Amino acid sequence: MKTFAKLFALVLLAGVLRPAAADVNVFACEPEWGALTQELAGNKADIYTATNPLQDPHHIQARPSLIAKLRRADLTVCTGAQLEIGWMPMLMLQAGNDKIQNGRPGDFQATLQVKMLEVPASVNRALGDIHPDGNPHIQTDPRNIGEVAKALTARLEVIDPANAGYYAARGADFTKRWDAAIARWEQEAKPLRGVRVVVHHDGWAYLFNWLGLQEAGALEPKPGVPPSAGHLAELKQELAGNPAKMVIYAAYQDSRSSDWLSQQTGIPAVKLAFTVGGTPGAGDLFGLYQDTIDRMLKALKK
Amino acid sequence: MIRKALLLAAACAVPTLAAAAGSNAFNPDIALVLSGTYADLQHDPNSYKIPGFPLTADASPGTRGFGLGESELAIYSNIDPDWYGMLTFSMAGDNTTSIENAFVQTTSLGNGLTVKAGRFFSGVGYLNEQHSHTWDFVDMPLPYQAFLGTQYKDDGLQVRWLAPTDMFMEFGGEWMNGSNFPAGGSGNNGRGAYAAYVHFGGDVGYSNSWGAGLSYLGTKSLDRTTCVDTNSNCTTANTDTFNGNTKLLIADLVWKWAPNGNDYDQNLRFQAEYLQNRNDGQFTPATSTSAVGTQPYAGTSNGWYVQAAYQFIHGWRIGLRHDQLHADNPGAAFAGTTLDPQGYTPSRNSVMVDYTNSEFSRIRVQYNRADTGLVTDNEWYVQYIMSLGAHPAHMF
Repeated sequence: MKTFAKLFALVLLAGVLRPAAADVNVFACEPEWGALTQELAGNKADIYTATNPLQDPHHIQARPSLIAKLRRADLTVCTGAQLEIGWMPMLMLQAGNDKIQNGRPGDFQATLQVKMLEVPASVNRALGDIHPDGNPHIQTDPRNIGEVAKALTARLEVIDPANAGYYAARGADFTKRWDAAIARWEQEAKPLRGVRVVVHHDGWAYLFNWLGLQEAGALEPKPGVPPSAGHLAELKQELAGNPAKMVIYAAYQDSRSSDWLSQQTGIPAVKLAFTVGGTPGAGDLFGLYQDTIDRMLKALKK
Repeated sequence: MIRKALLLAAACAVPTLAAAAGSNAFNPDIALVLSGTYADLQHDPNSYKIPGFPLTADASPGTRGFGLGESELAIYSNIDPDWYGMLTFSMAGDNTTSIENAFVQTTSLGNGLTVKAGRFFSGVGYLNEQHSHTWDFVDMPLPYQAFLGTQYKDDGLQVRWLAPTDMFMEFGGEWMNGSNFPAGGSGNNGRGAYAAYVHFGGDVGYSNSWGAGLSYLGTKSLDRTTCVDTNSNCTTANTDTFNGNTKLLIADLVWKWAPNGNDYDQNLRFQAEYLQNRNDGQFTPATSTSAVGTQPYAGTSNGWYVQAAYQFIHGWRIGLRHDQLHADNPGAAFAGTTLDPQGYTPSRNSVMVDYTNSEFSRIRVQYNRADTGLVTDNEWYVQYIMSLGAHPAHMF
């Protein structure tokens, strides 16, 4: 019991002696939201990003380390739309943190700030791992990032009113730079309009919608169901009749199925960052879209 | 995530705002788990016993042939901004339904504090709180069967506090009724069991994570009865009675590996627990085993298990487990009774292979070679576990 008491005292002490923290403790579910919060909150936020760019955000364990981080969060910045349903609800139940529960100011879900694509009229698990609220991978369209940035700036002002002016100024600056970048990317990406592209997983609806790309098929027979030999052979046959220009996959996904299709059909397989940090060129939010467009344009020229 | 080709009905091309909430939007989530087993047991499960250990009927290797396992129906939701609630029915193959969990839990106390009230699995150890559909094997390890009646649940109050540290450090305390094995008879005016525990956890790089804990469960028994074997139709002559205190210490360790934290294709989970069980009171052996009548009994027994499950390719896992028990020697007074270990050190080795078709369906084959004393049993199981509807996120 003595060691127990000592340990207990040590814990309390550790709590007291914790160095003066930043104004807002942020728990970002995915790297793109960590990067966006960094852009908007600068040095006023201490940001922890729960997943790294090479992790599949659908499949994360409710690890003790994540619970410990969430316990101290003032604000969570997550995708929502059930992308994190396999882990966030369990973290929220165990963290003992009232600030970040659903409906509180500390609960920020990016998908609630934008127009969702592919909202199913009905859902059935026989269709695979589908999301009733629509396709959650909104970060593949930079216009969504712009919308989320405005809402997140407003939320930071609520969470930390003392620095509201700081957030407003940073938010306005970011929006200006972001809108300019979007105009530039749309210009650069013009050759991609109407191009037929095969995807590994249906994670690119927003990118396709933005750049006017056309989906020529998916390697996964159903969302979340791994590519099978039979389905790939079918896809190869389909493409023989109506060819595509490239097959794209996210950096966190296994490249083998894309490489196989590439070898069989002669179209290039293109790895895209999918989130900040997914490829060396995608070091920040601006790099993410620049690198995505550069890689697709390069593949188009092949 | 949605295949346009598959969902013609979906409003794909037209951007829509988040779906408007229907009238059933406030309905709680409903999760149904269906499970069933086929068991090939060399020896009659009704006469199953482990010399040296009083057991509940739940410790039985199961029923022979085809049988329903535990089907679970869970209904859960936030109640209001401050409370969360969950009800889990467990439906057994013999047409009995029991309330497995029925609790309310705070969500807004903050400062790392969570209070739970109702019926719940105690937070002691690692496996105790895990629902059966998340187990890596068909059955619980021997020390859980012998010391916790498979899984300790009770009606009571739980308080948990999470320290504000980077390392996960959680302290918990529980006060419970004390009506279930190893307690019995709701002693101390219906406060017959209490528990205290601390759980630690963290990551090592992106690929490894761990959890460890120390737990204590103290229970009081008032005329706690158990059968000399795991036959559920137990006669008076075959019934043992215990009055007194049971103190259980548990040390647990869990280690999980997944390359870069992606457990989808490959992962490994390793876990081990050690349980020490101290009894102090009066034991009345079943008259079919001994005529000594009520005798003072004090003794310490222990048990441990170690298991690993390895997913080597998406969908396929293999698991190995070793579990064993060490009884104390209760002395000549209890010769021939349930408490007499008869010189045995009960142990068991298990191997399982399972296939996970999707997050919602799993099929498993398991073989146990159980040297639990008296006879060596060869036990084969085939099991399916399927979940329908909403699916609550799993604990670590």
